[in-house]
Amino acid sequence: MRKYIIKRILLSVLILFCATFVIYIVLRCLPGNYVETMAIQLSTKPGAKSFEEWMAQLSVTYGLDKGPIEGYFVQIGNMLKGNFGDSWRWTVPVIEKFNDVIWLSFVMGGIAFVLELLIAIPLGVVAATKQYSRADYAITAGAVLGYYAAKRFSLPTFFFATLLKLVFAVHLGWFDISGLVGRNYAQLDAMGQFLDKANHLVLPITTLVIVSIGGLMRYTRTNMLEVLNSDYIRTARAKGLSEKKVIYHHAFRNTLIPLVTIVGGSLPSLFSGALITETLFSIPGIGYTSYHSMVVGDIPFSMFYMTFMAILTLAGNLIADILYAVVDPRVRIA
Amino acid sequence: MAKKKAEGYLSAKESRRISRENRRITNEFEKKRKRKNVPESEYLTEMHDPGNAVEFDNLHTYFFTDAGTVKSVDGVTFEVPIGKTVGVVGESGCGKSVTSLSLMQLLQRPQGQVVEGEIRLNMGDGKAYDVTKMPNEKLQELRGNYVSMIFQEPMTALNPVFRIGDQVSEVIALHNGEGKSKEEIAERSIALLKMVGIANSEGVYKMFPHELSGGMRQRVMIAMALACSPRIIIADEPTTALDVTIQAQVLDLLRNLKDKINSSIMFITHDLGVIAEMADYVVVMYAGRIVEKGLAEEIFAHPAHPYTIGLMASKPVVGKQVDKLYAIPGKVPNPINMPNYCYFKDRCEMCVAQCGGDYPHEVSLSATHKVSCYRYYDGKGEE
Repeated sequence: MRKYIIKRILLSVLILFCATFVIYIVLRCLPGNYVETMAIQLSTKPGAKSFEEWMAQLSVTYGLDKGPIEGYFVQIGNMLKGNFGDSWRWTVPVIEKFNDVIWLSFVMGGIAFVLELLIAIPLGVVAATKQYSRADYAITAGAVLGYYAAKRFSLPTFFFATLLKLVFAVHLGWFDISGLVGRNYAQLDAMGQFLDKANHLVLPITTLVIVSIGGLMRYTRTNMLEVLNSDYIRTARAKGLSEKKVIYHHAFRNTLIPLVTIVGGSLPSLFSGALITETLFSIPGIGYTSYHSMVVGDIPFSMFYMTFMAILTLAGNLIADILYAVVDPRVRIA
Repeated sequence: MAKKKAEGYLSAKESRRISRENRRITNEFEKKRKRKNVPESEYLTEMHDPGNAVEFDNLHTYFFTDAGTVKSVDGVTFEVPIGKTVGVVGESGCGKSVTSLSLMQLLQRPQGQVVEGEIRLNMGDGKAYDVTKMPNEKLQELRGNYVSMIFQEPMTALNPVFRIGDQVSEVIALHNGEGKSKEEIAERSIALLKMVGIANSEGVYKMFPHELSGGMRQRVMIAMALACSPRIIIADEPTTALDVTIQAQVLDLLRNLKDKINSSIMFITHDLGVIAEMADYVVVMYAGRIVEKGLAEEIFAHPAHPYTIGLMASKPVVGKQVDKLYAIPGKVPNPINMPNYCYFKDRCEMCVAQCGGDYPHEVSLSATHKVSCYRYYDGKGEE
């Protein structure tokens, strides 16, 4: 097991190296980069140096005078030394900005994640055990609507977020349309401030849950159905076990195997934030921050965020594989 | 082309109509089964012969599929005497397993339903239950305790995520667990595993199913089925998935255990050799109906129905040189559209003039030997 994990981690380092290379090259190739924009702005000021002069000066300052390949090695070398540089967009050290915003994303993602599990898995189990009943049709239809709208018709977060805003913010006026804090946040006491923030997080979290619930529910239902039709469930019934015991002890434990794998694998993504949802609701989390960094071509911050995401993805896969061995006695990683 | 399409082809409209109709029928059955606090009088009945452990009486088990109703078991009547082994033979899909699952009431719900007939279960003291009318909560007390079943796929019939010991102990704790400590139940489980011939029973107790071979798993299945000394054991092709040496061991085991706890066995197989070795009585099924039944000696010495004769002819005989083994020609009729004449007529090589008529009724060749075939009408059956 330990040997396997070490092997996987070493392999991950290699993958990470390739991934960061691609990320850096793509970031460098983006048209209208940060330095160019800045040079244009500075050169239009009265009495300023020409655009070319500004370009030459700023390129050296920002380290863009080197070619992409060379620049990559400088960048990765700095990152390896733990020096992530300063964010161009936010004009603070990358780490400082990251520390500022990550926890909000984590809390939001965590709540959405727990809600998703609490809703999707029981619904999936109910839909499977009452297959072809009205409850099953209702649950499946709802899930399919959410799932297909999100994944197939590209009617994703934008659509649901806008719909929620229209109904709950515009018509009902229960929540603000966007932002993390209300207008009079500063005047509130500690409890009031907390409630104000909580209130502003309701719609983004709802959006996240709606978009992600369908897939997990369908997955649970399919797996549960497969397990319920298996021979060992018939054996369990033939033993005279009650239906409850058959479903929640014998069947659910088997359904858990694939579930734990995907759920465990998505744990690291709690840190990755929700770029679109956060941006739509102007919630200053990691997704929102990196969106605004990328738009202006902030290489240090984008590079840091993307590398972070790559590490999370690799960690997720590794966790999924390890969990698989934990829940399924048939799998022993050697 | 058009004609070909008409056969077995269902329009969407037709299929919807069938499935709506099915839903209506099965819902009614399900509603009946889910009732709570059903008075005992409703399913209390009387054995026709108190010497029988189970009596199947005119059993009809249908599957309501979207393509039409499949009459898997269509009027089956036979009995399993106490302490005897009844072999049920027939080819795949003839309704052997469905008959046994009807007894356990473990049919694939809601499509599979017993629509007619009785299955009387002798509870001793002159009491008998009709399992087809019993509510689910009562049935749970009988399953595994009074009637138990050994399934045909040992590789998949054990739950892969639980240890062998837990799976065996579960049955004991459920039915005989009152006043027993965990240690006592574990002890009993280990003793059971030992009884079915697992040498390292304490080690196996802690193992997972995937760590055992097919033969070992089948033994575990048998141990589970015997855990509560059931009066009726249904063995649904218990040796099909095993190689021949293990087969012999498992059969020996079953026979010895049966004598030890004096239970009846309903032995389902399509292996005539196994039947000859195990069974006291033989029931031959074809397309959901019994075509011939009788004492094992009668069936093997004087097979009467052309299908039984064909089955006997198609089994290899040691010491006899043949180029090619005999096979019954043709195939089983489509279960959704059964013909209204003898189901075997289209494959039969011994047809007589009357065969075009209705399905033949049962003819007695002796007190125990019965056959459904026109060849034995008018008492000319004795050969």
